[in-house]
Amino acid sequence: MSEKMLLRGGRVIDPSQSLDEIRDVLLVDGAIAAVAPTLDTPEDARVVDCTGRIVTPGLIDVHVHLREPGEEHKETIATGAAAAAAGGFTAICAMPNTDPPIDNPAAVGFVAAEGRRAGMARVYPLGCISVGRAGERLALVGEMVDEGAVAITDDGSPVMDSGLMRLALEYSQAFGIPVADHPEDIGLSANGHMNEGVVSARLGLAGKPNASEDIHIVRDLLLAELTGGHIHLQHVSTRFGVESIRQAKARGVHVTAEASPHHLVLTEEAVEGYRTDAKMNPPLRTQDDVDAVRAGVADGTLDTIATDHAPHHYDEKEAAFADAPNGIVGLETALGVILTRVVGEGVIDLPTMVERMSCQPARVFKLPGGSLAEGGPADVTVFDPAAVWTVDPSAFLSKSRNTPFAGWELTGRPTMTIVGGRVVWSG
Amino acid sequence: MTDTPSALGKDLVGLEGLTKEQILAILDTAEPFKEISERRIKKVPVLRGKTIVNLFFEASTRTRVSFEFAEKRLSADTVNISSTGSSVTKGETLVDTARNLEAMHIDMVVMRHGSSGAARFLAERIPSNVINAGDGWHEHPTQGLLDLLTIRDHRGAIEGLKVCIVGDILHSRVARSNIHGLLTLGAEVAVCGPRTLMPPLPEELGCTVFSRIEEAMEWADVLNVLRLQLERMEGGYVPSLREYNRIWGVTSKRLEAAPREILVLHPGPMNRGVEIDSDVADGPQSVILNQVTNGVAVRMAVLYLLAGGQPERAEAAKQGGEG
Repeated sequence: MSEKMLLRGGRVIDPSQSLDEIRDVLLVDGAIAAVAPTLDTPEDARVVDCTGRIVTPGLIDVHVHLREPGEEHKETIATGAAAAAAGGFTAICAMPNTDPPIDNPAAVGFVAAEGRRAGMARVYPLGCISVGRAGERLALVGEMVDEGAVAITDDGSPVMDSGLMRLALEYSQAFGIPVADHPEDIGLSANGHMNEGVVSARLGLAGKPNASEDIHIVRDLLLAELTGGHIHLQHVSTRFGVESIRQAKARGVHVTAEASPHHLVLTEEAVEGYRTDAKMNPPLRTQDDVDAVRAGVADGTLDTIATDHAPHHYDEKEAAFADAPNGIVGLETALGVILTRVVGEGVIDLPTMVERMSCQPARVFKLPGGSLAEGGPADVTVFDPAAVWTVDPSAFLSKSRNTPFAGWELTGRPTMTIVGGRVVWSG
Repeated sequence: MTDTPSALGKDLVGLEGLTKEQILAILDTAEPFKEISERRIKKVPVLRGKTIVNLFFEASTRTRVSFEFAEKRLSADTVNISSTGSSVTKGETLVDTARNLEAMHIDMVVMRHGSSGAARFLAERIPSNVINAGDGWHEHPTQGLLDLLTIRDHRGAIEGLKVCIVGDILHSRVARSNIHGLLTLGAEVAVCGPRTLMPPLPEELGCTVFSRIEEAMEWADVLNVLRLQLERMEGGYVPSLREYNRIWGVTSKRLEAAPREILVLHPGPMNRGVEIDSDVADGPQSVILNQVTNGVAVRMAVLYLLAGGQPERAEAAKQGGEG
């Protein structure tokens, strides 16, 4: 007995096939069976009316912190995967900066297994670049890949030692995985709590200058050029960073990069009043930087939009600014924020959004999905582009509520998230 | 005491955002209070029955004692709490402290804390009046006010004066409160010191920037000389204290070479021979001890106004006619 679902009459946007038309989509046994203008309804199929809805390859977030093991009071693999599903994501990549860090094959296997057990969005583990995230020697990269690691990173911290980064970019090539780096020169930024500039000067907070990120981005680009390795630059937030990546791509350097929703819509002004829900790393920067990140997403210099979902318990953020941890949750607001403030303001069109949030993430991290091509996995996101809603953190499936978007009125939200042909979330 | 809303709002978190009228109201209210400290019996019943907690998360002698005298001379009941942090993080301590204070129905809290924004954080969470006695690098409003009062005492008015703040501007809450207060009252403000101790974009704060003390003293009517903390040298911001003195120190030789008679302030405690030479600190152009005296009067004024006192009734209140 096969499982069949027919998504009837939605606007199907699949940039992997240059498709943007009203189509029916038939899912059979966890795979895409057919996409056509009109399909007959198989007798035993569940039919979902998608009139007025947009149907896309499942959204993929390549930058998520799930906090398990070690900080389960903030998030678990199961709650994070559920929050992802509620946000329209069918797959997420779990950062390895847990406690203990995911720096060995057994730990990678644990994350993958817990992700499967949760049965929500697919969970792809990343492994650490260095043992213990200490930045000293390479972790068991090959064995971690065998257990399911899709990339390596010491995210949360940069790899400061250029020699180690070179080794990582060389060694990783045998496995065809990207080396993802959190670009930050700690010597310039370690004591900072927000963007260095006029707001930090007035608030009396130590700043992180753009240069701390720019220097590290340029270094990584040079090392990728030197080694031929694949560098993936995480949460790029500066104008110079975007422009450097654009130039490197033109030279043929194997570089991919991310932009976070908050760096596309907020500036350092959001910190005014010492709002700890606007504290993250890299920090919110200036409008000039936001404009550059937007241009980078528009022209593809920044390949993917990734949330950097970083849950923190409420009482950890309930503190004086300097004493609060970095990071905000993003899984359950990303689609609405991007639709309202990035697509809605004409920065990118809907197909480009799907490209940045589904197709490219799948290509960059070599993940299944990112396409509605027949035969591929039935990972599908359905959203209502006209639904108006107000962000209410108390309704999040995530364990954490730390968002600067609380109370925002957004237009567009997911209505159904399908993973392997199974509806994991609908609303 | 009246039940009318305070002329300052609920709290005094900083001088940024206060109007010229509000700042002048505090300075004018401080004038009659000055005299109380000169009496044989230094006490009036203005805040009788009010409970005030002096909550100091950072070590302080001068500011804490000044507040305590101000409170006692206005007949408030005071409790001092000092905490320099323990096993719990500062943030957790602060939330829990706020809740405990709220539960004890405290009327006012005077707080010093090492984190910028801490005073506002507390003020947003408790109904009591909160007075910022210094939060991180952010503001130290009563210090700014006593500096303004001292300058006004000696120069008659603030408007049009050229005031240069010298030293570690980056880490200084005194500098930020001075900049906001002086600009609001119409002074021209400059900062001078090594670039390593300047905040980013000081011009955006409304300040002229001098990198050499000679240029600053050529320009200024008033110098407010900040303490150079030893840890700044240890942090590598300046190579040595001796070099700092030679290049940025306020010396009598430099004062004599200045085109005008410059008024010299220092918020204390001083490093004699580092940012200021002894013959300047003890000399005729120094008003450093006047600042200390004014500190008590200004803090009495702030306490009185936040408790709902009206500026024009301060004289009567002082006579015990309004308790």
